[in-house]
Amino acid sequence: MIRLQNIVRHFTLGDEEIRALDSVSLRIDAGEYVSVMGPSGSGKSTLLNVMGLLDTPDSGSYVLGDVETVGMHEEARANVRREKIGFVFQAYHLVPRLTARENIELPMVLAGVAPSERRARATAVLQRLGLDTRADHLPQQLSGGQRQRVAIGRAVVMKPQIILADEPTGNLDSRSGHDVMVLLEELNASGITLLMVTHDNVLGARARRQIVFGDGCIVSDNHHAMAVQK
Amino acid sequence: MKTQGISWRDSVFFAGAVLRRYRFRTSMMLLAMTLAVGSVVAFTALGEGARGYVRNEFAAMGTNLLVVLPGRKETTGGGGPPPIGTATRDVTLADVKALHSRLHGAERIAPLIVGTVEVSANARTRDVMVLGTNADYFSIRELVVMNGNSFPAMDNDVAQPVCVIGSKVRDELFGSQQAVGSWVKMGDRRFRVIGVLSGKADASGFDLSDGALIPVASAQMLFNREGLFRVIVQPRAYYDIDKLQQELLGAFRELHQGEEDVTVVKPDSMMKTFDNIFSALTLGVGAIAGISLLVAGVLVMNLTLISVSQRTKEIGLLKALGASQHHIRRLFLLESLLLCLAGALCGVLAGELLVLLGRTLWPSVPFAAPWWAVFTSVCIALLSGLVFAWLPASRAARQQPVDALAGKLT
Repeated sequence: MIRLQNIVRHFTLGDEEIRALDSVSLRIDAGEYVSVMGPSGSGKSTLLNVMGLLDTPDSGSYVLGDVETVGMHEEARANVRREKIGFVFQAYHLVPRLTARENIELPMVLAGVAPSERRARATAVLQRLGLDTRADHLPQQLSGGQRQRVAIGRAVVMKPQIILADEPTGNLDSRSGHDVMVLLEELNASGITLLMVTHDNVLGARARRQIVFGDGCIVSDNHHAMAVQK
Repeated sequence: MKTQGISWRDSVFFAGAVLRRYRFRTSMMLLAMTLAVGSVVAFTALGEGARGYVRNEFAAMGTNLLVVLPGRKETTGGGGPPPIGTATRDVTLADVKALHSRLHGAERIAPLIVGTVEVSANARTRDVMVLGTNADYFSIRELVVMNGNSFPAMDNDVAQPVCVIGSKVRDELFGSQQAVGSWVKMGDRRFRVIGVLSGKADASGFDLSDGALIPVASAQMLFNREGLFRVIVQPRAYYDIDKLQQELLGAFRELHQGEEDVTVVKPDSMMKTFDNIFSALTLGVGAIAGISLLVAGVLVMNLTLISVSQRTKEIGLLKALGASQHHIRRLFLLESLLLCLAGALCGVLAGELLVLLGRTLWPSVPFAAPWWAVFTSVCIALLSGLVFAWLPASRAARQQPVDALAGKLT
């Protein structure tokens, strides 16, 4: 369970104050598939950064699992990131000097998982992604779709509670984009909460729950509508 | 699942992989460290070599000897030569004779007069350094006579016209002819060659292969000089040399009407003085070379800063994947430490190779880097790797993940 209450995140850009998140409250249950849409600058990416503990809110409360993360020590926040959250970025963010397998093993290296277990788990993930033949290739030798699949493998290898995807298909052609979406949705079907930020309404419409952002606030959320339908 | 964070082993591997990836930066840093550590090793080896060389020279001068110099030294202790300009009273053969009867601790006493004179034979002439002395001198200096004999046992004041010449003098004056038994002319006097010294006859820095020895009384006449240049006293086995030194001074005080107007030098203690001077010198050049270690340290800081700014996105990613500040700092510090360690080892190797080269080129100088210089320079290299990389590594660790992922270094 994820609960944000009155989350505020302001930036100052010169004299101007940008209210990226203006007292946002949100509750997401385990296993949900949520898309966050809105024009650029509406605050949707900031929401994702705050939820991923990449950014710190100015005020408010953010409970992840059953732990309050606001005011948490830096080390504890790093622990939460590596144990509970998987990231998928638009620009993949693979380490260029590491092979596909090594990129997938990286979160486990950072977590201190034993080398033998790392290999076994990376192999399993590579097989599941259909990348076992590309395991020893560097990112630059992979296509965009393959790179994003490696990045997704990296996001799930630590068995996170939630995957945060920021425009995961933004750099891909429609076919590889579709494959990536299918993969993410499969992961969601296996029980991982999926939150995807996108400016693409068609893509966003695939999610059961759709949240629309504007000027740092939630403009619409079909959560209650769904609840009523049930 | 509960996790501990990146292990030390993986941190080292990770840092090592980065170093292999950024080859140019790595090799620049290696070069700087190699030069820095290598110069400390090489320079201290040079200092040690000089020290060893001087030691050997003193050892050749004879350890466990006392050397009497006319004239009074001003200070006690190390014992340098007397200051120039003090009025001195000659040490004479009569003094030497008196010493024989007074010093029971003395095994041998060799008076010494030194001068250069024109020596000619077979219509060939050359300037030769001539030592006037007695038979004891041969024993003290362990001179070996190759052909003929050394001086016969005789009183110091008997001026026999005989000489023992060095091998080089023999070669130049006689060539392949028989030298022993021939006559040579020294100044306006004639001497019969009774012996030739073997090969390299080294006596306290004089190369006697290029010299000649004549009885001390003959030398007094040849050089028209009454006073002795030196008197060399060799103590009996197991006789305390410091006691003998005191007895020697006492004897001269008695002989010279209560005036202590000679200096008695123990080459051993002079060696010690020079040893101290050269040790300080080694330390000095080592410290100067050590400055290059600091320069290399500044380079470490620069290159780590470059590394941090080049890899801002990677830092962001590592943070997103759950690396803490502590772990990021450790990764960058390890990078620097590995570099400095590798550089220091290369430096030690390069320095030792130079030492080897030096030993080959100048076999008489015992070049050797002292262990403390090697140890300290490696330690300082590692320490500077840690200290100078601390700031950039901490900067990397401090980055907000969201900014770093966007490539913004704050």
